[in-house]
Order: sequence, then structure tokens, then C-alpha cells
Amino acid sequence: MATTTLTPQAAVYRRSWILEWLTTVDHKKIGIMYIANSFFFFFLAGILALVMRSELAVPGLQFLDDRTYNEAFTMHGTIMIFLFVVPVLAGFANYIVPLQLGAPDMAFPRINALSFWLLPVGGLMIMSGYLFGGAAAEGWTGYTPLSSAYSPGPGTDLWLIGLILVGTASILGSVNFIATIFKMRAPGMTLFRMPIFVWTVLVTMTLILLATPVLTAGLIALFIDRNYGGSFFEPSAGGNPILWQHIFWFFGHPEVYIVILPAMGVVSEVLPVFSRKPLFGYRAFVFATVGIGLLSFSVWAHHMFTTGVVFLPFFSFMTALIAVPTGVKMFNWIATLFRGSISLTTPMLFALGFISMFLIGGISGVMLAEPPIDFHLQDTYFVVAHLHYVFFGGSVMGVFAALYYWFPKMFGRRLNETLGKTHFWLMLIGFNLAFFPMHMLGIQGMPRRVADYSPDAGWTLLNIISTVGAFTIAISILPLMLNVVATFINGERVGDDPWEGNTLEWATSSPPPPYNFDTLPPIRSERPVFDLRHKHDREQLAPALTAESEASS
Amino acid sequence: MSAQSPAMTGPTTMVEVERRQVGMPTPLLGMLLFIASEVMFFGGLFAAYFNSRAAHQGVWGPPEGAAPLEILPIALPITIILISSSFTMQFAVWAIRRGDQRALKRWIGVTLALGVLFLLGQLYDYSQLGFGIGDGIFGTTFYTLTGFHGAHVFGGAVGLTILLARSVQGQFSARNHIAVEAISMYWHFVDVVWIALFTTLYFLR
Repeated sequence: MATTTLTPQAAVYRRSWILEWLTTVDHKKIGIMYIANSFFFFFLAGILALVMRSELAVPGLQFLDDRTYNEAFTMHGTIMIFLFVVPVLAGFANYIVPLQLGAPDMAFPRINALSFWLLPVGGLMIMSGYLFGGAAAEGWTGYTPLSSAYSPGPGTDLWLIGLILVGTASILGSVNFIATIFKMRAPGMTLFRMPIFVWTVLVTMTLILLATPVLTAGLIALFIDRNYGGSFFEPSAGGNPILWQHIFWFFGHPEVYIVILPAMGVVSEVLPVFSRKPLFGYRAFVFATVGIGLLSFSVWAHHMFTTGVVFLPFFSFMTALIAVPTGVKMFNWIATLFRGSISLTTPMLFALGFISMFLIGGISGVMLAEPPIDFHLQDTYFVVAHLHYVFFGGSVMGVFAALYYWFPKMFGRRLNETLGKTHFWLMLIGFNLAFFPMHMLGIQGMPRRVADYSPDAGWTLLNIISTVGAFTIAISILPLMLNVVATFINGERVGDDPWEGNTLEWATSSPPPPYNFDTLPPIRSERPVFDLRHKHDREQLAPALTAESEASS
Repeated sequence: MSAQSPAMTGPTTMVEVERRQVGMPTPLLGMLLFIASEVMFFGGLFAAYFNSRAAHQGVWGPPEGAAPLEILPIALPITIILISSSFTMQFAVWAIRRGDQRALKRWIGVTLALGVLFLLGQLYDYSQLGFGIGDGIFGTTFYTLTGFHGAHVFGGAVGLTILLARSVQGQFSARNHIAVEAISMYWHFVDVVWIALFTTLYFLR
């Protein structure tokens, strides 16, 4: 060991691209795999939604029986939440967070690969119930005893194991993200100079770290009940089925913020860039994000008002309180737009779609937080409408904003704007057609998770509208798919920084090289790339501003 | 905005990045975060235990026909064994911080032996209890909590075995022993869980 070469020449070896992708630990490739995998499951769960809407279009059972309908909404909910919205946002975070921090990669690249590869395994395990006598059919919330005594087949066991795997992937990912954000920031990148997207990811990952293990404990308890004679949730042996609801929602409510916060982060990246203004109230936004994260652990029982065993005033008050930091963010966004130089590109349209649709979901959420209203609307289509305005109108709009915004960074080519805008408008119209009527159906008492309804109930017209809306959403995916394929073949090459962005991911090439950066702009604000672009303005202004600040001080 | 004023000075072009690691090493932070998630996992199981217990005021304990839980002859000795292993683990950490590889190997070996002894004692205890996981809610919570704790001790023992193998190969030194620090954190955590569990099961009547 007397003489060691400091920079040994790595042997040049070629691998097939398949092996390269299967074994990669590069956060950018893993991020793209996360996104691709998530969209695969998005299409599967979307097809299930169309199956359900077809069945519900008119009264009577046309295509499904009760059992297959139950399987359809269970798989739709589980797949959409655990295998689309959460991982697709984790995928964008995987790609973008190290870039925005000026880091070469994640803190633990191999654990990063593991967290990704657990996802398709867990997802296929959840879906594989269809091959073994029927998938899980008790709803994505898996309430006992529906998921215990009334679900004897292996479908629910596979659902449990699959969710434990997916949850483990999330936990490992959250450890990785938090370590990355605290340890991998470039010199000069203080916490309060981090892009807002990184802040939202940090809070999200903290929620995942602390909430998901509780779900894992519950899933294991249910697995023990089902397979080893346990009685956690079995009243005849001294257990308590309501315990499941406590455990599930102690995880389940932070989960709502796990899926919405990163989307809020995306919107907060997109709005300033396309308004040509800094985000209004950066620190207020950060504190609002942290506040939502803290409050999210004290509201779980608002899902359980009608069980009669929870303290209604406390959970109602805490839930209404969450509207405060959320309202702060709304004002941040609106004030960012105010007098901005707004360009309505596709990512901007999706961000604006997020703000308006999420507002509706937020308001119906505050309504449901009031016990008298909740008692009336529990388990009706009003709840379905509310959660889709949050998950779809909120998170999924954010996902598409992120896709159109960062696609040029990932592949060096911009998605076609005309097709993108077609996608947006079709999706927005279809979304509102599909889900707005559900508010009315819910108030009229139509129960969720039931395959049929009476022709005398007067719900047929609204259901037909909703089904038309669902198919309009499906049609809106066609211009998206066409757009992605056409862009890969012959898309417009737009250089490294097509949007004139603010944050560090735009300070490297598109797509970035392995390990991301050779050089970085000096980081002295939350918009280092903006500062670099306007350095000449700044050099000219500097003497005047310095004199001014000296005069005032 | 205050963040803008420093932007008026200093370089205004792209600069080479000079990275330095300051503060807690990244792997240790990762282990601490992982332990935080484990705290919440056991928190969920403990919550299930106390929720069930609260619903059975006065009639909580092993099912009829089985003997009540006693700290002797098994539970207390294995508790002492596990707590001792935390001390021996810490001796191993202090040894390698001094660069003493022989003491490192010795103390890791002792810790591993104590951990295995704990697991064997727990298995023997299971065979003597006279009730099973399917015998009512107490049996379910008892075996789930102690079983998952045991599984974590087993995981720690696997980690210790790897440490032992690596220390036999001389891979650790006073400057480079992050894995020893990380596994010791985990081992102490598993020990603390057992103290909480032992107190809950045997003293909180």
C-alpha cells in the first residue's frame, strides 16, 4: 500500500441498457423508473374506475356482480393511493431533490434502488389476488371485520403483504430523503434557501417516517388475526374492531398530506417561474407546511365520528384548524400571481387547475369536519367527491404540472404545448363532470361502495353525467400518450433551461450528467439560477443599493 | 427581503463545488431515522396493547387455566442478560474508538452471545407459558409484542455477526468504524424497547 494512485482509471466496460437500468443506483434513472412504474399502475387503476363508472351509469347490474364491484373499488383505491400518487411524487422528488440541493446523488443510493424495486413487487402482489380466487374486496381502508371474518380468501392476505412491502419501501425512502436533505446540500444551500419543493418533500418524508410504521403494525396485527388465530380485532375473543380504524387513520390522515404536500411544492415551483416573480411569503409557506405536518397527527378520528367512541369537539376543532395553514398557502399562491407576468404554459395551467380544484376539495373537507354534517354525509358519494377533489383535483393535477415542467430537464425535449393544453382542458372538464355531481348524489343519500341503486331514487341523470365525465378523463389521457411518444421521436430540443427557472436543477445540462454538477452558481438566495441570470443587473444595481441600505441604516 | 442582500457581494459566475462533511456522519443519521420509524412501529403495537387492556379492566392477564405471568424463573434473568449486553456493546464501541481491535472482537463476541442467550431464554419461556397466540386478546398482544421484539433482537444479532466477521478481518479502526456505532445504536434501542415491554407486561398490573 506504499503507492496508491489517487484517481485510478475505472475500467471501461459496456453493459446492455437493460442491465444498466435494472442495476442502476443513479437517482435520476431510479426517479424515472418510479414515474414509469407509477403510470403503469395509474392506467390499471384507471381502467378499474371506468369499469365501476360503466356499472353505475344506469340502475341495475349490467357488467359486474357485487363481489367483482367490491374488488374493483378496493383495488382502484389501493393502487391509486399506494402505487400511483405516493410513488409518482416520490419519483419526481427522487429526480429533482438532489438536483435542487446541488447534490451528486441521494445519501444512500443503493437503499434508493431497494425502495424502488419493492414497489412493483408489492403492487403485483396486491393485484395477484385476482389470480387466487379474488382480490381484496373490503375497500382501501380495510375495515375489520370486513377484512377479517368476511374476507376468507387469500386476496386480503396478499393485499396485506403487498401493502407491508410498499410501506417498507416508503419508510426506507423517507430515511433516504431526510438524510439527503440534511447532509447533501451544496455549500451555501442553507435550510431557508432550499426550494419550496424540497421543503414540502422534507415534511412529507417526516410524515411517512412516523405514520407508515403504525400502518405496518396494524397490517401485521390483521395478518396475525387472519392467519395465526389472533384476536386484535375480534370481539368474540376480547378484541376491538374499532382499534383497526384508529390505527388505520392514525396513518391514513397524515397519508392525505403525504400525497398533497409534494404537489403543493410542485405548484410553488411552477407559479413563480411562469409569473416571473418570487414566491410570495417564502417563510410563511415553509411554516405553513410544517404546521400542516404537525397538525396532521391530531385529526385522524374525524374519519370515525359516526363510530360514537371519539371526542367530537377536539377532532372537529383540530381539523378545522388545518384550514388555517392551508389558507396561508392559498394566499401565498394568489399573491404570487398578483401583477405577475403570467404565461399560460401547460405546467402553469395544471398548477392553476390544482389551486382551483384543491380549493373545492378543501372547502368540502372543512364541511365534513363538522360532526352534524359528517353524520349526514358519512359513507355517501359526498365523501367520494371530496376525496377525489383532493387526490385528483389536487395531487394528480400537481403530478401533471410536474411532468410537463420537468420533462425537458429529464429528456432535453419539451412536450408539445398544443397537445398538453388539449390534455389539460379535457381532463379538467372531464374531472368536474365526473366528480361534481357526486356532491349532489351524496347529499341526496347515495351510498358509496354499492354496485347498484334504485331507478326510483332520481340519481340516474347525475350518474350518467358522472360516467361521461370519467370517460372524458380517459380520453384526455390519449393526447398525453401521443405527446410523450411524439416528443421522444421528434420533440423540440429546448436546451438546458427552457422555462428560465429559478432553482439549481436548471444549472446543469438536460438531461444532467452522472453526479449532476461540475460547477454550481453561488447560492445566496432561494433562487440561485435567477441570481446568476440577472448578475449583470445586480452588478449595476449593487453600488446604488449598497449606498441606499447604508443610508437607511 | 433579507435573503437578497448578501447576493450583492461575492462571485457571480459558476463556481467549483467544494463539499465537506460536517456534523453527524450520514450513516448514523440514517440509523437514527430508521430507529425513529421503529419507535412508531412499536408505538402502534403498544397502543393496541393498551387499547385492549383498557377494555378489560380487572380481567387482564393470561387466559383461564394458564399460570399468571411471573418474572422468575425466566423473565428477570433474560432481562438482566439483555441489559448487560447493552453495556458490553458500549465497551466494544469504546474499544474501537481507542483503536483496540482485540477488545472490539471480544466485546462484540460477548454481546452476540448474550443476545443469543436472551433469544433462547425467550423461546424456553414461550414453551412454559401454557397459552398461545390464539388464546384470547392477552395472548395475541403478548406474543405479538414479545415476538416482534425478539425478531428485532434476532436482526440485531445478524448485524452483530456481520460486525464480528468484519472485525476478525480487521476492517475497523479508530477512525473508520461507523458500522459499529450504527449497530450499537440499534442494539441499545432494542434494549430500551425490552425495558418498556418488561415493565408493561410484568409490573403494570
